[in-house]
Amino acid sequence: MAINVDLTTVWAFIIAFAVFMYVVMDGFDLGIGILFPTFKVGEERDQAMNSIAPVWDGNETWLVLGGGGLLAAFPLAYSVILPATYPPIIAMLLGLIFRGVAFEFRWRDPRHRPLWDMAFSLGSFVAAFCQGLVLGAILQGVRVENQAYAGGWLDWLSLFTLLTGAGVVVGYALLGSTWLVWKVEGSAEAHARRLALYAGAATLIAMAAVSAATPFLYLEYWKRWFDMPGVLATAQVPLLTLIVAFLFFRLLRRGAMAAPFLLALALFALGFAGLGISLFPYIVPDGITIWDAAAPERSQVFMLVGTAIIMPMILAYTAWAYWVFRGKVGTHGYH
Amino acid sequence: MFNSLDPVMLARIQFGFTVSFHFIFPSFSIGLASYLAVLEGLWLKTGRTLYLDLFRYWAKIFAIAFAMGVVSGIVMSYQFGTNWSVFSTKAGPVIGPLMAYEVLTAFFLEAGFLGVMLFGMKKVGRGLHFTATCMVALGTFISAFWILSVNSWMQTPTGFVVDGDGRFLPGDSWPTIIFSPSFPYRLVHTVIAAYLTTSLVVGAVGAWHLLRDRTNPHARKMFSMAMWMAAIVAPVQIVVGDAHGLNTLEHQPAKVMAMEGHYDSHPDGAPLILFGVPNSAEKRIDHALEIPKASSLILKHDLDAPLPGLDTIPDDREPPVSVIFWSFRVMVALGFAMLGLGLWSLVGRWRRRLYDWSWLHRAAVVMGPSGFVAVVAGWITTEVGRQPYTVYGHLLTNQSHSPLAAPAVAASLIAFVLVYFAVFGAGTWYILHLMHRPAEAHEDEPDATPVRTAGITPAPAFGAQVGE
Repeated sequence: MAINVDLTTVWAFIIAFAVFMYVVMDGFDLGIGILFPTFKVGEERDQAMNSIAPVWDGNETWLVLGGGGLLAAFPLAYSVILPATYPPIIAMLLGLIFRGVAFEFRWRDPRHRPLWDMAFSLGSFVAAFCQGLVLGAILQGVRVENQAYAGGWLDWLSLFTLLTGAGVVVGYALLGSTWLVWKVEGSAEAHARRLALYAGAATLIAMAAVSAATPFLYLEYWKRWFDMPGVLATAQVPLLTLIVAFLFFRLLRRGAMAAPFLLALALFALGFAGLGISLFPYIVPDGITIWDAAAPERSQVFMLVGTAIIMPMILAYTAWAYWVFRGKVGTHGYH
Repeated sequence: MFNSLDPVMLARIQFGFTVSFHFIFPSFSIGLASYLAVLEGLWLKTGRTLYLDLFRYWAKIFAIAFAMGVVSGIVMSYQFGTNWSVFSTKAGPVIGPLMAYEVLTAFFLEAGFLGVMLFGMKKVGRGLHFTATCMVALGTFISAFWILSVNSWMQTPTGFVVDGDGRFLPGDSWPTIIFSPSFPYRLVHTVIAAYLTTSLVVGAVGAWHLLRDRTNPHARKMFSMAMWMAAIVAPVQIVVGDAHGLNTLEHQPAKVMAMEGHYDSHPDGAPLILFGVPNSAEKRIDHALEIPKASSLILKHDLDAPLPGLDTIPDDREPPVSVIFWSFRVMVALGFAMLGLGLWSLVGRWRRRLYDWSWLHRAAVVMGPSGFVAVVAGWITTEVGRQPYTVYGHLLTNQSHSPLAAPAVAASLIAFVLVYFAVFGAGTWYILHLMHRPAEAHEDEPDATPVRTAGITPAPAFGAQVGE
């Protein structure tokens, strides 16, 4: 699998990076939302909420970059994937609305706090599940004719997409629970540590199930994973996953604070690499490659100049914002 | 049950509905972010805690408005693909990069510094916190810059070539695309509208509390600041709006014909129709109240200048007249009402009755929401006036949509309507609730929870501030 490094490939990696940043950063926010009902009303929930209040908005911005960036760099892919996954995309957006406003509304209205807590959880769950559906829908392929989506409005629904939907939900739960292990204290931390154990196991099972099912979707996927000599490289992904999983459970049980979250990130990175191996160079299997979908060179260059200058600045001040709110939240929070 | 409906019409209603709702929040947060930066700057300069109280009072309101703007904005960035995929494929190479620049230069800036601005006062020093507030304000402005650049290009497209597939490709110069002919006018008109809208809201809240207690120092300060803004900016806005109209006449004459209600051409001086009822079947304005030749005077600065009417435009290229005719009049009438309020406040100042003239305060309360109405009316005027095109003169709306299924779009439209009214209705209620409460001395940080001092590096500047 020779990678010819041209502008289009660079853009594929930039978009992939934005999507990955979104998945792990908003992933832990959404994961906390998914697990929220299992935390006790009062101090536990307030701590959990406060641990993400200053950063969720920035995390969600990566989703806008993923969408806007896709439109800019691969307009054809944007124009095919979104109509193909219309219902889950709309449901995800509505879920994100409930999740987003709940951050402010629950503090403004103590009488209806249970209601907004529920909106927070349900919104997070729906958004996560729908993102999984979209992932599955892309992997299982989209019907394209004449450079446009040619299927029905329910083509995305299948057993496989339900599996990927569930996979993303438990994966986000893993990120959320390990983030809480790091950021909260007392009974909330103990509870988060227990949850992380279950979520870790569920995530590994989901990763295994999706990995087992994917090569059977297309012969191409099978070849990319199992043909010699590529298999020598691709086999490293499951191998590394096993090592990371082992370390994760070991350090989680030993009471490590930051390590479980960082190892969960590593798990996601490996899963993401696995998806990349399956898909590349297709952006909409099995009809549209990144080169088919690419914007003209003039658009790519114009954006690349800006991205190369601004992206490091974004990463720097985002890191600074996280640094400002480092350490345990504390029971009074900074909200 | 929805299969008989026209999916393109449903998609248009959905886009119009979600964008109108969305536009309300940024038009408030652009102005409010700048107001917050001014308040914090004044506090740092003068040391008066009055300004800090006002900063904290409005920051809580800002947090809610901003959250609603963010979540309703994400919807917009995906709707281009879900419902307007042909437009996205064709125009993506031109407008996509502009929207990507908006995310890179504006959204991250706002979001990255918002957390510090809202929750970080005791975690970072004063200077850094003020920097964060300024960055949020700057982010809102940059965001307006890019998105209005996209919008202006759709209205007055320049700097592109069309390839064999009908795709718009960027030409030699990006500045030609970014600074399309209507962009400077639209940007100034819209940003001023945001400032004016915010000043009317702040003025209404100040007036509301003056009506209850005219000695309230916080209410006096915010009312005075807001009325200065309204008095200065409202006349400027009318002049800018006029210039924007002349620019539209040059590039999109059909839109101006619809705004003016000119179905017929007027070879020797067109009348200014003040009121009337557009009759689209008969192509005339019923019950018209008009000033002879005044429209030619305004648009051409010549009483007898000929003005072509919609009879010169093919029927299938006409924008819908009634909507534009009405929305334009609503916007202009409110603009003049704002000017009236600004002048009234100047009279109040001159007669030293600014803080105890109850009728002025009542008028200011009534005018509180007028900015939002005017902004949405203006938005409808320009967007409906772009019809029947998405890219003006080049790509028709009914050739821009996705391969849509009516049941899917109908269901999503109903879902958006229900969710928006419920969620944003609740948010508006919470904002009104916060506004109803007067600002107090030693106003708390957002949410009345004590803040844990920073871990290993407590910020001395704000530590001292707590004792004030």
